[in-house]
Amino acid sequence: MSEHDAGQLAEAYVVMQHSPDFIDLKSRYRRFAFPMTVVFLAWYFAFVLCAVFAPEWMATPVWGNINIGIIFGLLQFVSTGIITVVYVRYASKQLDPRAMVIRAEFEQVQS
Amino acid sequence: MSVIAAVGAENSPVINMAIFLVFVIVSLWVVTRFARRNRTQADFYVAGRTFTGRQNGMALTGDYLSAASFLGITGAIAIYGFDGFLYSIGFLVAWLVALLLVAELLRNAGSYTMGDVLAFRLRQRPVRVAAAISTLLVSLFYLLAQMVGAGSLVNLLFGVTGNLWQSATILVVGILMIIYVIVGGMRGTTWVQIIKAVLLIAGAGLMSVWVLGKYGFSLSDMLGAATHGSPEGSNILAPMAKYGKTTITKIDFISLSIALVLGTAGLPHVLMRFYTVPSAKEARHSVSSAIGMIGLFYLFSLVLGFGAAALVGPEKILAAPGRENSAAPLLAFELGGTLLLGIIVAVAFATILAVVAGLTITASASFAHDVYANVIKKGAISAENELKVARITAVVIGLLAIVGGILAKNQNIAFLVALAFAIAASANLPTILYSLFWRNFTTRGALWSIYGGLTLSIGLIIFSPVVSGAQTSIFPDVNFAWFPLANPGLVSIPLAFLLGWLGSVTERGANPLKFAEMEVRSLAGVGAETAEVVEPAAVTDVV
Repeated sequence: MSEHDAGQLAEAYVVMQHSPDFIDLKSRYRRFAFPMTVVFLAWYFAFVLCAVFAPEWMATPVWGNINIGIIFGLLQFVSTGIITVVYVRYASKQLDPRAMVIRAEFEQVQS
Repeated sequence: MSVIAAVGAENSPVINMAIFLVFVIVSLWVVTRFARRNRTQADFYVAGRTFTGRQNGMALTGDYLSAASFLGITGAIAIYGFDGFLYSIGFLVAWLVALLLVAELLRNAGSYTMGDVLAFRLRQRPVRVAAAISTLLVSLFYLLAQMVGAGSLVNLLFGVTGNLWQSATILVVGILMIIYVIVGGMRGTTWVQIIKAVLLIAGAGLMSVWVLGKYGFSLSDMLGAATHGSPEGSNILAPMAKYGKTTITKIDFISLSIALVLGTAGLPHVLMRFYTVPSAKEARHSVSSAIGMIGLFYLFSLVLGFGAAALVGPEKILAAPGRENSAAPLLAFELGGTLLLGIIVAVAFATILAVVAGLTITASASFAHDVYANVIKKGAISAENELKVARITAVVIGLLAIVGGILAKNQNIAFLVALAFAIAASANLPTILYSLFWRNFTTRGALWSIYGGLTLSIGLIIFSPVVSGAQTSIFPDVNFAWFPLANPGLVSIPLAFLLGWLGSVTERGANPLKFAEMEVRSLAGVGAETAEVVEPAAVTDVV
């Protein structure tokens, strides 16, 4: 690739970065991924901190020998599964089609 | 000692060996089938990016569920109860970091290694060297843990405590892993991991159903039986049986939990698997199916851990060779006698082999691609030569792991792996996230964060009770431990993030053009590598 081409390509990326389509894709991605990360980390550390600071409460039996702590732990499995499914759906509906449009646009500009 | 005798007497090594040999022969056959398809870097390092999301999800499962997950977690739950459960939860929830923030963007931005992603925006040579050093150290630490697992298995298998057998097994595992990698490359390694994932989940599932069946499929009754078997009584169902003793141990628990949840997305052998699929969408599907299988396995491990406490009992487990790492095999013996023990030990060996092969190919790619091809040879190297260097590196790493594994013994494997997680979360995760998301990230920030994270995490481990000053230390007779926590994550991870920020704000050098390219490429997949790349040099290296 010549220097001129490389410069043009770099410029094309900057133009794309500022295009409304790309800004839309980026904000749709970030609007989901960032808050969700905060949510699952908070939920996970809630479990950890309850284990450390409220072990007696976690030991409270709920159903036979199954206590709050074990249920809380199993709920981490459930939440991880739900977040995964929701994200995969969100991404294939909201993100993939938009990314595809941007790829097509970019290739068109290049050729 | 009676357990060794009990297992040893009724145990017939012939069955164990036969089952293990079958796995070795089948896996070697699989690996040699792919030997001739390893001509380019894309072939050897990432299997030509041709795996589907589902296949890669199984391979990720096989890559991730190491001896730590099978032997270590089962043992930790059997002995410490609820506190061992944290490992399963942390190891699982950690995948959400990979799913939401790392997998797809990294897949689009890079080509073979973590160094590719960092080199994208930053000065190639220093960051590639740093990324390779970090990859090698994390992989070696992780390898060490797997080798310890192999050592404790063989003692159980033959009912001996002899060091010679242990060392011989580690040697065999090491040699097999070298063969898998240098012959089969990423394709061969991936298929070994897929086979292993199926075997491991089936084996753990069978045992879990069997254990629960003994208690009328009542989890509550099984937990009750576990409390009767344990000297800790009902305490093992509550948190803090192990970590509740002092404020320091409680902080240690928090430190461990941070390292677990942030480590996965910084593990080089996990990251590399994202490049074996043709697109970011497939990378996403690999992670989602891996999460399903890994979650299922950790549910089994909860049953196996408490089941081992109930049916075998902590005293017997701790008296066995390999100590808590032998809980799962002892449980198998208790349930199904010699035959099931043989099967489970063979599954555990398969587990170890698949993981060490994944680690070795990652480490060898990192050295050959990042250091040798891009830094020493500055990109002017033929595919043939680069792959030769990769294979030599694999042999060297295999030998180092063999020696290291023979030296480190009787530590809980899950615990050792948690240290590798702490190093990965400190040295790798900050630079990966900054490079993907932060406009003003600079080379200095990356170097400070990687080297700072490595030095802090490994340094604090060296001066922790893990290495000296306690009965369970690697060197129990000397004491140079001044850092009280066994896991350094609480200190080293935030500091590594801070160093990355500090290094970047004190340097004016962020390249807005490269950031634009990085953003567009990572999010939209513009210019991302596609399947079966023939041209070896990445596009980014040319610019």
